[in-house]
Amino acid sequence: MADAPPAAGDAAAGLYRTIALIRGFEQRAVELVRSGVIRGGIHPCTGQEAVAAGTCAALRPGDVVTSTHRGHGHVLAKGADPARMMAELAGRTTGLNQGRGGSMHAADFAVGVLGANAIVGAAVPIAAGAAWAMRRSAAYGPGTYRPAAADGTDRVALTYFGDGAVSQGVVLEAFNLAALWRVPLVLVCENNGFATSMRPQDTMAGTVTARAAAFGIPAVTVDGMDAEAVRDATAEAAARARTGAGPSLVECVTYRFDAHHTWEHTARPRYRTDAEVEAGRARDPLEVQGARIARATRAAIDAETAGLLDAAVRYALDGPHPDPATALDGLYASGLRPRAGAL
Amino acid sequence: MPNLSYLKALNRAIGDEMERDPAVCVLGEDVGVAVGYATAGLLRRFGPDRVLDTPISEQAFTSFATGAAMAGMRPLVEFQIPALLFLVFEQIANQAHKFALMTGGQTRVPVTYLLPGSGSRDSWAGQHSDHPYSLFAHVGVKTVVPATATDAYGLLVTAIRDDDPVVVFAPAGALPLREDVDFGALAPVPLGSGRVHRAGTDVTVVAVGHLVRDALAVAEELAGTVSVEVFDPRTLYPFDWRGLAASLERTGRLVVVDDSNRTCGIGAEIVATAAEEMRLTAPPRRVTRPDGAVLPFARELDLACQPTRAQLRAAVEKVAGVG
Repeated sequence: MADAPPAAGDAAAGLYRTIALIRGFEQRAVELVRSGVIRGGIHPCTGQEAVAAGTCAALRPGDVVTSTHRGHGHVLAKGADPARMMAELAGRTTGLNQGRGGSMHAADFAVGVLGANAIVGAAVPIAAGAAWAMRRSAAYGPGTYRPAAADGTDRVALTYFGDGAVSQGVVLEAFNLAALWRVPLVLVCENNGFATSMRPQDTMAGTVTARAAAFGIPAVTVDGMDAEAVRDATAEAAARARTGAGPSLVECVTYRFDAHHTWEHTARPRYRTDAEVEAGRARDPLEVQGARIARATRAAIDAETAGLLDAAVRYALDGPHPDPATALDGLYASGLRPRAGAL
Repeated sequence: MPNLSYLKALNRAIGDEMERDPAVCVLGEDVGVAVGYATAGLLRRFGPDRVLDTPISEQAFTSFATGAAMAGMRPLVEFQIPALLFLVFEQIANQAHKFALMTGGQTRVPVTYLLPGSGSRDSWAGQHSDHPYSLFAHVGVKTVVPATATDAYGLLVTAIRDDDPVVVFAPAGALPLREDVDFGALAPVPLGSGRVHRAGTDVTVVAVGHLVRDALAVAEELAGTVSVEVFDPRTLYPFDWRGLAASLERTGRLVVVDDSNRTCGIGAEIVATAAEEMRLTAPPRRVTRPDGAVLPFARELDLACQPTRAQLRAAVEKVAGVG
């Protein structure tokens, strides 16, 4: 890019700012689930913020990402407006998807978020296809995704998936396709220690990185609680993708502080002890990055973020509920109207 | 006048669209050598950047097409076997189909899924003989079943140009058909427009895909006894309800012949909608595969599960009150 790289201090503060934004967003979203404003619950990413912050810090505005059911952090880190994201979770017409997607399908094509996905692993081949298409000049038809910043054809796609997803067949098929066709893809495995209630040692034969190695995909494992380590590994993977050398995998080892889904807050399934969670929380990405910046800077960011997020909540609450008569508007891009369910 | 085969019509439609629009690309297994013929010559004409031979990874390459479509391409995905649609039902019904709505209109997924040789191919047995078009109509994915070479060309062109996912079933029973055509007159056929192949006044037979030919044969057999109108919906979703209603205004009697399983098959939907909304003077009938049919291997058993002309004739006579 033509822009000069930011000073190191700015970069550290920038990472902290993103982590703090996601942390604060999830706290408020959980509160809104409790108060019934957000229906259907959410999958909070609390504890995993450094993965979203670090990976997106290594991307350019024209790059794209696909996300998971636990995707709020990814969407925010890529640049979506927190207010419109909160409005989406609240099912308002002012939301990113006009209230038609919700937490698990949040998308913001204007900033390169091609959608979170509720089926584990399903977005990995979608990202691979987008990456392949982005290399091609033909892929700029009217009404299609167009990067806000026209930064050439060396754009990359980055796809997030969890430790549970590496046992999903379509993910491994996509590894093969991406490697075979050298698509500019960055594979980010967010290993948070749990596939819902199951630990990797109970679901995964072998390892994440060995799966990549089987397809000739370079892979590294990094501390997913350290946003700078995540950023640096992602930058290397993205640079490799931009040169046409194909996909790389970054496994980020992190820990999910909160529930698989807010449903757990009342149902209380017992797959880990409170003591384990306490121990897991001891290494907090917010503190890791917070320790790298000046105290005054941190305080200023915290205050600014709180104001921003309080405004986001107000924006969400102020947004209109959709008109039921519009329920299936936009079902078909071609404008086809489905028949009504009753005469 | 040149003679066009159904398969050549499919091939011509893809080639013409690739020529017209650089965003059109083809993915599938063995599309380079074109084992199914529909993609013959395309690799040579358009190169490996637009004609991609895939590994045997149907689920991944189907969603790969979704991602490519969201980033501006217009992929056509070929499947050699109709049952592969069961493997990729998640990728089509749950991913590609849902993105337009779920994103609040931020994207579109213009992918065409082509099935050259759907239904029974004559003793290809249980896992190569399905005709799952009703499943796609049920979930609301645009579903096309051309009966003739001209319509195969026109509907495939439209499917490729459409901004939504479209599944195109080219029934094995229709692939050998040939037609004299004026190439200059080949044109896109809009989705949701049926075609009356033969006008009649006593009974409307709605025939899907290759069964149009059987319906025409039965109509001819019954000429003089029962005047049969043969209505080919051409697309099952969206369906040309207006065209069917107009036909039933003339005849008031309905038989549907549909090469899919009976329960929740497209025939059931056609009969139900006609009963709710259209003019019927006699109870309608369906001729379909049996409930839950798995086509057995032996030729006699395979044929025993498919709709026959004799069954159709009996159904027409029954609703016409002459049986």
